[in-house]
Amino acid sequence: MRRLRAWLGGSSVWPMLVKEFIQLRRDRPTVAMMVGIPAIQLLLFGFAIRTEVRQLPTAVLDEARSADSRALVQTMLNTGNFAHRLDATSREEVRALIGAGRINAAIIIPPDFTRDLKRGRTAEVQVIVDAADPLASQAAMSGAALGGQQRALQIATARGGFQVPIAVQVRPLYNPTLRSATYIVPGIVGVLLSMTLIIVMSMAVVRERERGTLEQLVVTPISRTSLMLGKVLPFVLVGYVQMTVILLLGQLVFHVPIRGSVTLLYVTALGFIGANLAIGLFLSTLVRTQAQAMQMGFLFLLPNLLLSGFMFPREAMPEVAQWLGLALPLTYFLEVLRGILLKGVGIDALWLQVGLLAGFAALFVMLAVQRFQKTVE
Amino acid sequence: MTATAIRTVALRKVFGDLVAVDALDLEVRTGEVFGLLGPNGSGKTTTIRMLCGLMPPTSGAMTVAGIDAVRDPEAVRRRIGYMSQKFGLYDDMTVRENYRFYAGLYGLRGAALADREAEQFNALALGPRAHQLVGTLSGGWKQKVSLACATAHRPDLVFLDEPTAGVDPAARRQFWQIIGDLARGGMTVLVTTHYMDEAERCERLAFLSRGHLIGVGTPAEVSRQFGEATVEDVFIALQRKDEGVAA
Repeated sequence: MRRLRAWLGGSSVWPMLVKEFIQLRRDRPTVAMMVGIPAIQLLLFGFAIRTEVRQLPTAVLDEARSADSRALVQTMLNTGNFAHRLDATSREEVRALIGAGRINAAIIIPPDFTRDLKRGRTAEVQVIVDAADPLASQAAMSGAALGGQQRALQIATARGGFQVPIAVQVRPLYNPTLRSATYIVPGIVGVLLSMTLIIVMSMAVVRERERGTLEQLVVTPISRTSLMLGKVLPFVLVGYVQMTVILLLGQLVFHVPIRGSVTLLYVTALGFIGANLAIGLFLSTLVRTQAQAMQMGFLFLLPNLLLSGFMFPREAMPEVAQWLGLALPLTYFLEVLRGILLKGVGIDALWLQVGLLAGFAALFVMLAVQRFQKTVE
Repeated sequence: MTATAIRTVALRKVFGDLVAVDALDLEVRTGEVFGLLGPNGSGKTTTIRMLCGLMPPTSGAMTVAGIDAVRDPEAVRRRIGYMSQKFGLYDDMTVRENYRFYAGLYGLRGAALADREAEQFNALALGPRAHQLVGTLSGGWKQKVSLACATAHRPDLVFLDEPTAGVDPAARRQFWQIIGDLARGGMTVLVTTHYMDEAERCERLAFLSRGHLIGVGTPAEVSRQFGEATVEDVFIALQRKDEGVAA
């Protein structure tokens, strides 16, 4: 620690860091953007998810038409996940309604439901879900399971038997891989880090070039390493602040679990943050103006959103898209995030991802160092 | 310190098809105020940038403060100060913050920094403005702050690229007094300018035209060489010639 301080004090990184923090402190809009936008995005994403999972437009096809069937339907509706819109008369009608987007779910009670129930057999009930919206299907599944269980429990208690009286069978249409809200939120950590760090980093360097201060900087004896470290280190801190804000909000507002080691997550994040900052630095050597830096940043962001597995499951992608996704640091960081937060796995399950992230960071730092010269033009 | 502050031999810089500087042989003596003159695009800024190590020359040799500036631009950087056309100050930082930042990059720390700061702020009367944001300063003040930053480490040489562009006459006069003080203190000053009254204040001048050196000497010598009454006449004659060739 002492040696680090001595080194920092003696090298030109120190004045560079002081300067960067002075400027960061005065640049309120950027600070607001870096901390505020993740918060706003998260809340928007999160609440959009939340409002959708409640009150799914639902059709009921009750072919049994008995007191028992009506009671089951009512129990399911009472979970609040279904909103009873209309009564269907056939399965064809149900499919057509879902296809047209008029409803997202249908509760179907077959004609022999009451008979099976009376005879002590397992009565089958079907819930069909439009799983093109993975969040909707998640809600339908849990609503159906909950309603079914409640009814089954009541009947079983009354009957005193051990046999399960009702089995709810859920059939997701269009998207067999179901994904839930908690699956999306950890991804937002990675996406937002990528987005803000790359753009803010490249703009920070290009701004100096535009204003002519970079030219003044490079005629000083400051070393290239000091210059780059001084530019990059403050943003590492910013990255961690962003991540913490999103994780805290995710936990407080959306109850996204943190099942694994927070320490492991933060250590691993360094590789990801480093890789993104190096990409931003590299980008800054390719463009002339801040507007160009912004555009390049968004250009880079698009494949990240689409191919990393943040929005769509990678398993469902065409092979070429899967290969392309392998070239993105975000792909691996998403696996780390979901692994640690949702599955609670440890380093033993994440060696590959952690190693690759470190590799990405090293590669992009090398590229950036090579491109970033202490000369103009 | 040798008697020669800068020496270039057959210095050449090419950007694609454009020859910005060609066959430049220049010698600047230690402690003199040397003016680099010429119309826009004559290669003044390119020359300064090469001498400061901001861009490598295409070919040729140059020695700055006794150091081979082609081979070791990093060593040159410690010995020189440079003030670009854009001042190179941070608008969102105060005068003192800017000064301490640049002085820090030149290795000044602690008591040495405080002493030098007091000395320079006193000499340039920057004290009352120490806590003002640079973005709110007028051109004349920015230029003084910029000069303080560029000379914080007492360089052997200071390069000033059009330091008085867009600055009012009173501030220009004051600035040239400061330049005189620096030279009397033993610092070599290489300055480019468009103002002919400023050119007359240089000890020696070099005229550049389309990347070539076409005349060197005291202001009187240069005027005589071109058969014109003043340096300004020389300049205008040259510019006409350049534009005639270009057309």
